[in-house]
Amino acid sequence: MAKMTVEDLRKLREKKQNELNKRDINGKDCQVIIGMGTCGIAAGAKVVLDTFLKVLDEHKITNVAVTQTGCMGLCYVEPTVEVLVPGMPDTIYGKVDADTVRKIVVQHIIDKKLVADHVYDRPSADIIKNGGR
Amino acid sequence: MAFRNYILVCGGTGCESSRADQIFKNLIAECEAQGVADEVQIVKTGCFGFCEQGPIVKILPEDSFYVQVKPEDAKELVAEHIVKGREVKRLLYDKEKSAKHAQVEDIKFYQKQFRIVLRNCGFIDPENIDEYIAREGYEALEKVLFEMTPDDVIEEMKTAGLRGRGGAGFPTWMKWNFTKQAEGDVKYVVCNADEGDPGAYMDRSTLEGDPHSVLEAMTICGYTIGAHQGYIYIRAEYPLAIHRLEVAMKQAREYGLLGKDILGSGFDFDIEIRLGAGAFVCGEETALLQSIEGHRGMPTPRPPFPAVKGLWGKPTVINNVETWANVPVIITKGGKWFSQIGTADSKGTKVFALTGKVCNSGLVEVPMGTTLREIVFDIGGGIAHGKKFKAVQTGGPSGGVITERDLDTPIDYASLQRIGSMMGSGGMIVMDEDDCIVDVAKFYLNFTVDESCGKCAPCRIGGRSLCNILEKITRGSGTLEDIDRINEIGLAMKKGSLCALGQTSPNPVLSTLKYFPEEYMAHIVDKKCPSGKCKKLISFEINPAKCIGCTACARKCPVGAITGEKKQPHTINPAVCIKCGVCKETCKFGAVEIH
Repeated sequence: MAKMTVEDLRKLREKKQNELNKRDINGKDCQVIIGMGTCGIAAGAKVVLDTFLKVLDEHKITNVAVTQTGCMGLCYVEPTVEVLVPGMPDTIYGKVDADTVRKIVVQHIIDKKLVADHVYDRPSADIIKNGGR
Repeated sequence: MAFRNYILVCGGTGCESSRADQIFKNLIAECEAQGVADEVQIVKTGCFGFCEQGPIVKILPEDSFYVQVKPEDAKELVAEHIVKGREVKRLLYDKEKSAKHAQVEDIKFYQKQFRIVLRNCGFIDPENIDEYIAREGYEALEKVLFEMTPDDVIEEMKTAGLRGRGGAGFPTWMKWNFTKQAEGDVKYVVCNADEGDPGAYMDRSTLEGDPHSVLEAMTICGYTIGAHQGYIYIRAEYPLAIHRLEVAMKQAREYGLLGKDILGSGFDFDIEIRLGAGAFVCGEETALLQSIEGHRGMPTPRPPFPAVKGLWGKPTVINNVETWANVPVIITKGGKWFSQIGTADSKGTKVFALTGKVCNSGLVEVPMGTTLREIVFDIGGGIAHGKKFKAVQTGGPSGGVITERDLDTPIDYASLQRIGSMMGSGGMIVMDEDDCIVDVAKFYLNFTVDESCGKCAPCRIGGRSLCNILEKITRGSGTLEDIDRINEIGLAMKKGSLCALGQTSPNPVLSTLKYFPEEYMAHIVDKKCPSGKCKKLISFEINPAKCIGCTACARKCPVGAITGEKKQPHTINPAVCIKCGVCKETCKFGAVEIH
């Protein structure tokens, strides 16, 4: 994109907020967000990312966008993953490994059930209005 | 088919011990009894960081937060909330109880944490500028460039009351104002990302999770003080943070949010990264500036302060990562909003890297004024493995220990200093009964001795002498005179050192000596280490009454110091034993004892 003016910036912000609110990331309505700070990566977040891509592919699921984010602060249960699926509460999973990834895809994304023993709470409220959540 | 409701029952250690398991079982039974079992999923979750109010049950999607739930409440929760769709008011957490938070309206609170600095960490993809923009990103810059004068910005920062998060807590607006008023056509903005305290990783996580917040803040400061160039000084051992900063800078330049004529305002500002080699002293601002200029990282006397004569002799604002990350929020939400959070003289929040012997280690951000007890026992979930709390170390090698007695101290700049510690950058290491306090002091001192730049004598020689004394004490050859020597040298270092590294490096020793004199005495007088850490002072022995002769320890011993017949009590040869403790860890019968 070329250099923006203030109007461009405002338009872009509005457009992106709408996309987030409508849960439409490049036409996909589900999102898997993997915590990929140094801490998460050291705890195995890359394996988690690779496994998600592989398992989603195995199940021929195409409506899930897999993205990365920074550290959520839950160091004691890294790697952490947030899963956003329409009709389900936004869920943070901790201590995720390749097996847990399979469970998340089959139970959470396909069967719409939470995966027990891995659910954690976001550590604080979001202070950003229209944060897209 | 998705469920209608999800019931989350806290499965943290604190709540488990207050019968969360029974609540979990009762809820399942009640859902079946009341015929809603297939509409509700009940799961156990990790700690909610609110143990004082446990056991905790949260029901989604309503986000109802129930506290101090008893197993017999399960029936009512299911009958009222699930079946009739009415919240059970008497069990709901009353947010009025939380005075600190109650002032900031329109946000639903139940947590101890409040995230300003970490607002985007864990939300956005740090390598995608669009996601930052969607979450109010660059809104502050927009406001500053087109609606505010530099004086307005200073005024807003003054109202906010933000103080430097890197250690000393100097008011940020004042720093900016001095630099703004300083004479000179060329001025600089610097970000101190040379985080180096043992156990601290707040700044790394902020840069990795939300690099644009720092870029935006530095640009705002540039506009305010009249600078056109910024530098981020970051240690080379943070490769991911550096990578994400580089990606962020590239994207910001493409969008015209960095570089010439930002957003068509006519204001130019750009940022460059300078890599440090990881010397701790370069976190000191004058040494950092030396290092950016290409010199050896050594502090210079202040005054002149960087605000007057900084980088290449020009007026310079230097703030650390966490301070910067607060700035865009202050501009968008207003200084008044920010000043409602925290205490009278310490506004806003503080990020801590909570590590050590705590159940839930992690990155926590709390309003100033939160007590250490809340951080360690609620957010941190208490001490791991049921051990006894001993002390918290804050402020890294510049800080001190805080004991049980002072756990209810509200965290702010002044009160931490009063109890002999300091805010520092935010490392918070929890220690339990197994940690030897003299050993901990020795660890920190060894660190500062290694990291001393050697320029001034009090730090270079004093640190080494203190270290030698501690070494002597942990070997069992300390004398009572050594205590006086520690105090004398410590005082000289505090008074005579050139920079904060030397001035504060005796703190871990002085503060442990103040709060744990009996432990020093045990080492010096009784020649014993009560926690069994100092190898010269302990010996391992096998209690023949408990040993069943399983030979497990003998097989694991790396030096073959353990002998004995099968099914007969074994013995350890003290002359061979290297005191590694493997036998103690291996023994299932608790027969290996430390003396």
